[in-house]
Amino acid sequence: MGSGEPTGFIAEAEPQAAADMRLVAALRQGDEAAFLGLVEQYHGALQRVALSYVGSWALAEEVVQETWLGVIQGIGRFEGRASLKTWIFRILTNRARTRGAREARSIAFADLGGGWGGPEEPAVDPSLFLPKGHAEAGWWSSHPANWENIPKARLLAAETRALIDTTIAALPRTQRMVITLRDIENWSGDEVCRLLELSDANQRVLLHRARAKVRHALAQHLAES
Amino acid sequence: MDVFANTDDELTCRELVELVTDYLEQALAEPERLRFEAHLTECEGCRDYLDQMRRTVATLGRRPPQALGAADRAQLLALFRSLQTPAPSRPDA
Repeated sequence: MGSGEPTGFIAEAEPQAAADMRLVAALRQGDEAAFLGLVEQYHGALQRVALSYVGSWALAEEVVQETWLGVIQGIGRFEGRASLKTWIFRILTNRARTRGAREARSIAFADLGGGWGGPEEPAVDPSLFLPKGHAEAGWWSSHPANWENIPKARLLAAETRALIDTTIAALPRTQRMVITLRDIENWSGDEVCRLLELSDANQRVLLHRARAKVRHALAQHLAES
Repeated sequence: MDVFANTDDELTCRELVELVTDYLEQALAEPERLRFEAHLTECEGCRDYLDQMRRTVATLGRRPPQALGAADRAQLLALFRSLQTPAPSRPDA
């Protein structure tokens, strides 16, 4: 990122807040290149996060359009208390929430409650461990497969990706949002906590449950070859 | 849960899998991390499990970026332009 260019140190040394304010100033002046740069950077991520919130592509598209409208109209009021990225995604989650609440009356989602809490969800099927009473209770009775020899191409195949998408789509909403931001969009835990107003510990529990389900789905898929 | 009751403080596999995310997030307290790693050294099943989890996360992060469609781009640019002020006055206004 920025390395390899003679001016790379500017991008690295400039605090995020200063970079944000520079970009915001350009947007306020109607700088189209600055706007398109922002769109290139965030449009895809906004779509995926919107999808994780509202559950349908058509709705997600609308929410993203409304978000860009909100960004353009609201940029004059941006104060830099949050990062520009967090500010943009907060507009998105606000729109998505409004939209989700409106759609809730007509669409039955499995988890409109938000997907937090609920009964204990073990990461691994308990039947894969030796039962209580056994001398080695709690140790594997059926070892996980070794994936070292699985070709990367197999993991990155369209078929595998479709399976991952389906698995993520079926997660409770908060788990879906956390895994989308953390593992697909590569946000830090702190950024996700700030956007979704989660505690650190809750964020990790949600990530843990979501990852466990994706791993499980992958393991089943890879075992079927 | 007494399923997890141990005579010593050795982790079971069943306990370890629930700590994997905290381990990867470097959120385990030092004694827990040491127990976690001690278990790994003697348990191939858990090493494979942890490796599966790492590969799962890496796979999630390696999705091809979707290029912004030309139509979306044009539409958003038009939106941006339409909201700039002051709008040029129309010749016949």
